[in-house]
Amino acid sequence: MSARRAREVGFHGVLLGCLSLSVLLLGLLLYDVVSDGASRLSVDLLNRFPSFDPQRAGLESAFWGTVWLMGTCAAFIVPVGVATAVYLEEYADRERWWNRLIEVNVQNLAAVPSIVYGILGLAFLVRGPLSLGRVVLAGALTLGLLVLPVVIIAAREAIRAVPSSIREGSLALGATQWQTIWRQVLPAAVPGIATGVILALSRAIGETAPLILVGAATFVAFNPSGLDSGFTALPLQIFNWISQPQPEFKVLAAAGIIVLLMLLLTMNAAAIWLRNRYERKW
Amino acid sequence: MEAATVFGAARPRYGERLIRALLFLAALLSILTTVGIVASLLRETVAFFGDVSLVDFLTGKEWAPLFADPKFGVWPLVNGTLLVTGIALAVAVPLGLGSAIFLSEYARPRTRRVLKPILEMLAGIPTVVFGYFALTFFTPEILRGALGVDVQIFNALSAGIVMGFMVLPTIASVAEDAMSAVPQSLREGAYGLGANRMQVSTRVVFPAALSGIVAAVILGISRAIGETMIVLIAAGQIANTGVNPAEAYETMTAFIAATGKGDVPTGSIGYKTIFAVGFALFLMTLVMNALSIRFVRRFRQVYE
Repeated sequence: MSARRAREVGFHGVLLGCLSLSVLLLGLLLYDVVSDGASRLSVDLLNRFPSFDPQRAGLESAFWGTVWLMGTCAAFIVPVGVATAVYLEEYADRERWWNRLIEVNVQNLAAVPSIVYGILGLAFLVRGPLSLGRVVLAGALTLGLLVLPVVIIAAREAIRAVPSSIREGSLALGATQWQTIWRQVLPAAVPGIATGVILALSRAIGETAPLILVGAATFVAFNPSGLDSGFTALPLQIFNWISQPQPEFKVLAAAGIIVLLMLLLTMNAAAIWLRNRYERKW
Repeated sequence: MEAATVFGAARPRYGERLIRALLFLAALLSILTTVGIVASLLRETVAFFGDVSLVDFLTGKEWAPLFADPKFGVWPLVNGTLLVTGIALAVAVPLGLGSAIFLSEYARPRTRRVLKPILEMLAGIPTVVFGYFALTFFTPEILRGALGVDVQIFNALSAGIVMGFMVLPTIASVAEDAMSAVPQSLREGAYGLGANRMQVSTRVVFPAALSGIVAAVILGISRAIGETMIVLIAAGQIANTGVNPAEAYETMTAFIAATGKGDVPTGSIGYKTIFAVGFALFLMTLVMNALSIRFVRRFRQVYE
C-alpha cells in the first residue's frame, strides 16, 4: 500500500471515528439513565406527588404540569406561527425593509439563549406589565415565544413547497387571495406544518432553564387546575431531584428522565410518521 | 385585488384587508419579542448601573453580588463561560467537522440514513439530561474512573466535554449543508487531475465551503455560551478566575438561573444583577449570530 493510499485509509478511519464517538456517547448516556432509573420506573411514579421522602416521591404534578404547558403552548404557537408564516410567504413584499427586518429577526430569535427568554418571561409575564405570577400561562407563553421561530421556519417551508400552479388555478376560478390560502394552500401544507409544530413542542418539553425563572419554586404537590395555577414540569422536577444531595433522589431523577425521553421519542415518531404518511411530492 | 377593479366589480374587500392586517400583527409579534427582550434587559441593566459603576463591573475581579460586602466584577463569570465554551469547542469542532466531511463526502446514502438520525437524536436530548449524565456518569466513571483524571465533583472539564457533544450536531449539520452545496463540478475537476477522496475533501470541498463552516462554528460558540443546564448541574457554582478545568466554575448562564430560582424581590440588587449579566450574555450571542448569518449569506451568494 502506497503512503498516499495509507493516508487516505487513515483519514477515512479518523472521520468514521469522529461520528462513532457521538454514537458511543449517546449509547453511554442512554445506558446510564436506564440503568440508574429503571428500578424506580413504575405506574406509581405518575400517581404520586413530590415528597421529602424519596421512597414516596413521584412525578404526578410534574407530568400534568408538562401536559398543561404543552397544550397551552400549542394553542399559542399554532395560530401565531402559521399566521406569521402565511404573511411572510404569501403577502410580504420582500422589497420592503420591514418585511426583511421581520425575517432577519426570526432568524436571530432562533439563536437567542433559552435563559434569556426566561428573563423576558420573568420581567414581562411573571412580574412587570402582565404580572401573571409563576403560573401555567406565563410558563407556556415563555416556552411558546422560545420555539415560535421553529414553527415559523417549518411552516414557511411547507407553504413554499405548495406549487404556485395550485394558487393560480384557484385565483383563476375567482377565489380571493385569502380563500386560496385557506382552502388550497394551507390544507396542502398541513403535514409539513404539523411536523414543525411537533418538533417545536419536543424542543419545548425538555426546556428547563427558562422554567427555572418563570416556573414554580421547588415544591408543588398539586396538579394544575387552570392557566392561572402554579405548576412544576418534568424537566424542572428532574432538575430539582438532581440538585438534592441524597443519592435516592438521583435515582428518581433518572426515572423522570426515562419518562421524559419516552415522551420525546413518541413525539418524534409521530413527526416522522406524519412526514412519511402525508408528504406529497409535486 | 387589482383584477377585480379592472372588471368593474370594485367592491372593496374589507375582509381580505382585515385578514392581511391580522397576519401582519402576528408577524409583528416576533419583532415585539425582540423589543421586549431588549427593553426588559435594558431597563433593569440601567437601574443596575445606577448602583454599581460600569468600570467596577467590567474590570473587577471578584463576583459576590449577594454578600454583605458585595463585589460586582463580572470577570469570574465571563471567565467560567469562556473556559467551558473553549473546552466544548475543542470537542465539538474537530468531531463535528469530521462527522460533516464523512457524511457529505464519504458516506453512502444508506449509511447516511442510519447515522444522520443518530446525530439528530443527540441534538434532541434535553440539556438537563446531559447535565445529569455529566454529573453522575462522565465525571465519576469516565474522568475519574477510566481516565484517572483528578477532578472535583463539580468541574469545568466534564461540563465542557459533555456540552461539546451537545453542540456537535449543530456544527455537523450546518457544516454538512455547506459542503453539500459545493458544486459537483469542483470535485470532478479535482478527481480528473488525479486527486483522491481525502485530497478532494480537504483541499477542494473544505476551502470552498469555508464560510459555511465558519458559520457553523460560530453558531456552535453561541449555543455553548448560552447553554445553562449542563453548567448549572455539573460545573458547580463558584466564581473562579482560574484556568484549571478540574475545578468548579460559575458561568453567566448558571448565575442567572441560580439567582432567578429563588424569589428575588423585584428591584433588589440581586434581581438587577440577573438582567445586567443577561444583557452581557445577550450581546455576546447577538454578535455571534450576526456574524454567522453574514457568513452563511456569503456562501449562498457564491453557489446558489
